[in-house]
Amino acid sequence: MYMFKYVTKRLGLMLFTFVIIFTMCFVLIKLLPIPTNALPGQDPIVVMKTLEGRGWITNIQEGTNGVWTYDRVPILIQYGNYIKRIVTEGDFGIATTYGEYLNMDLWEVFTDHLPPTILINIYSTLIGVPIGLGLGILAALKKNKWQDQVINVFIILLISVPSIVLALMLQYVFCFKLGWFPLSMLTSDQYFSWPVFHSMLPAVFALCLGSIAGYARYTRAELSEVLTGEFMLLARTKGLTKRQAIFRHAMRNSMVVIFPSILSEFVGVLSGSLIIEQMFGINGVGGLYLGAITAKDYDFFMLLSGFYTLVGLTAGIVIDISYGFIDPRIRMGAK
Amino acid sequence: MTNQYQNIPAEKFQFVQRSDIGHDKKFDTKPVSYFQGAFRRFCKNKGAVVGGIVISFLILFAIFAPFFTPYTVPYYDATYMYTPPRLEIFANSNIDFWDGCKVKNANYITYLKDVALMQEIGQDVIKNGEYTVSEDGSLYTYRFDAYHGVGFGKYKIISPEEFAAIQQYQNDTGKQVLYPVVPFSDRKNMQEKNKYDANIYYEVENLKASVLRPKTDKDGNIIPNYWKYTEEDKSSLVADYNSLRIEGEDGVQENGKTYYYAYGRKVDGGIEVRAEYYEYYTYTHTQVKKDGISEPNFIFGTDKNGKDILTCLANGARFSFIFASVVAAVNFIVGVIWGSISGYFGGKLDLAMERFCEILGSVPSMIVITLLQFHLGALILEHGWFQLSNIQNVLVLFIAFFATGWIGMAGTTRMQFYRFKNQEYVLAARTLGAGDARIMFKHIFPNGIGTIVTRVALAIPSMIYSETSLTYLGIINLDAGRITSVGTMIAKGKDSITAGAAYAAFFPCIFLVLMMLSFNLFGNGMRDAFNPSLRGSEE
Repeated sequence: MYMFKYVTKRLGLMLFTFVIIFTMCFVLIKLLPIPTNALPGQDPIVVMKTLEGRGWITNIQEGTNGVWTYDRVPILIQYGNYIKRIVTEGDFGIATTYGEYLNMDLWEVFTDHLPPTILINIYSTLIGVPIGLGLGILAALKKNKWQDQVINVFIILLISVPSIVLALMLQYVFCFKLGWFPLSMLTSDQYFSWPVFHSMLPAVFALCLGSIAGYARYTRAELSEVLTGEFMLLARTKGLTKRQAIFRHAMRNSMVVIFPSILSEFVGVLSGSLIIEQMFGINGVGGLYLGAITAKDYDFFMLLSGFYTLVGLTAGIVIDISYGFIDPRIRMGAK
Repeated sequence: MTNQYQNIPAEKFQFVQRSDIGHDKKFDTKPVSYFQGAFRRFCKNKGAVVGGIVISFLILFAIFAPFFTPYTVPYYDATYMYTPPRLEIFANSNIDFWDGCKVKNANYITYLKDVALMQEIGQDVIKNGEYTVSEDGSLYTYRFDAYHGVGFGKYKIISPEEFAAIQQYQNDTGKQVLYPVVPFSDRKNMQEKNKYDANIYYEVENLKASVLRPKTDKDGNIIPNYWKYTEEDKSSLVADYNSLRIEGEDGVQENGKTYYYAYGRKVDGGIEVRAEYYEYYTYTHTQVKKDGISEPNFIFGTDKNGKDILTCLANGARFSFIFASVVAAVNFIVGVIWGSISGYFGGKLDLAMERFCEILGSVPSMIVITLLQFHLGALILEHGWFQLSNIQNVLVLFIAFFATGWIGMAGTTRMQFYRFKNQEYVLAARTLGAGDARIMFKHIFPNGIGTIVTRVALAIPSMIYSETSLTYLGIINLDAGRITSVGTMIAKGKDSITAGAAYAAFFPCIFLVLMMLSFNLFGNGMRDAFNPSLRGSEE
């Protein structure tokens, strides 16, 4: 019961934080001048009417010299309209200044761009977790032997070399010099066809290198601590082989710390890496975000910031909560 | 041990004086203070020391490198774009590395053109004249000197004054800038793109061809096609020239007449000349612009706009270091004040302050920056404050990094205050009547300073990295005027990879890697050094 209470409390707190951030974002965006200039080939009246239809402005009048005047709807009423439309119709608005997606439904554009981002992160986790855990376990079992030293150097290098440089190096070596992969991802929605998958791979590798190092370091530290525990001695004494003792007892205990971080990273990576997406030309959410802020498409910006904030908050809470579920010794929120 | 005295005579005994009572001896060794110990532990950590040395080297590079290169950030020269790095030492010795040459794979005609250029200007455009031919004879591979190899470019039209000034310069220095021109009667038959190409000084197989193929004589030499005139029937279009003449040309004897080569052709608006770009560059920079640049020599090469990478990198690094230090200092001050108040007083105040930090901390920094960018941009448009986009961008970066950066500092400080505030010595200080401020900053803060300072040291590289990523993504554009940033350079370098100029990305990347690696080692060393529980563990 206390667990349920704790989870509800955390979720409530998270929701509270999210609402505050989201509202602040909305207010700050709405304080900005409304971009009413028509794109080439666009009728100004259409732009005005669109904005009126969204509930941002009222009382449109055309002045004598072709200048349009309008009144702003009070921000709180705008916010009410906005939330109402999201809740009742799932409508986040349409792109007003983002030329490429002009007048398209934002939610649809967003969900169209989600799969590449998510897929790359799933692949990267699928590759990164086993390798990272494997290296970490190896390093912990061979502590202070040459294998450990090699893995340690590898980890330090991977952690210290910034992902920009790592990604650039991968791209240079594998895509440009060796020509194994195309320089950027193919633009196609056949995500599971071989050519598209193949063109995704460099981005996946670039993304997973960092997490491999992270998992390896974490696992090594945790496991080497668990291995010195007295229950390990007991396990060996009662006749378990070393392998049995490590996998049944040591691994399980070290996973208490490692598993939540995997979970949280899995949630966190949904937001993707702007840098990796930009570098490998992945048509994902990151690119959408950059495009939206360049075009100053404020509704788009609201949707994407909401998404990023939510992902960030969820990743944080997942760690906290999963501790309590995985390890019965930890009583979350207990006094 | 045997007793020497079996029976000690009574007169040997003396009364003990008060002063003879043995007290505890004073320590002969000097006391080791916390910071001395920390410094000693730090020095024992080889990696941290190396990291520190590399950092100071990078800082020295950022401070002093701009003073030692003649180039500036706004400088660019489109002719020398993607010029490979050249270090004098390697260029003069015969090592095929860092010598300003790039490997060129060319077909026969291109190769022949390079040979022609080499013959005319007498420089090793093809390094040592060595080349290898592929098996089918179609591909020539050689090291191509990108500095002299730019050749002549287009025909230049210069004013008669400049023509005279260049002649004067040639006479003074003995360097050949101007070369004889080709008769216009031949040039006018060429295709438009070849008509003004000043690299073509030789006879060609077919004037009308799109790619001109140089004619060679029996020995395989290029046959020059200079415009010749005799003193008697000098065309009115030939510009007067009394300066250096190319080798072996002091009047060419032909059919019993003495011919001279024409070094300039009078056209509308000046004199049309063939100027070798390398020497012309030297001439303009030393004589006309007088900006301290002599011969083109780019130690780290140039990028796609022809900017000097060394100068840009040093300036970008300098900006990063200054910026990160200033932000770190501000974050440190605000974070310490916030954290100490929150940690020291605790209770409801602490709870409220913590909530505030938590909410502020969960806003993704990308969103903060974007909102700031929007708002500052709108404000500046509205008020027409300053027109420099750089100031706006730096301000945005500063506010954004400050807005989210101090929270970490505050958290660390708060933890330190929680750790020490209930210890006996604090209680003692309070009993003796010390005020809150005195206890906070005289008694608690000095104890936590090691951890806090380490936190600052570790925050600097992450700040530089964030700045690099933001400029790389183009969310913040600092590349204007006298500022540039490492991120912009990497973004440009990424484009240069496909152009075969990977060094444009290599040097900024190396800088970033070295900086991150050494700061990490340095920071970890500092963390261990300031950890008092490790005291004595090293012996």
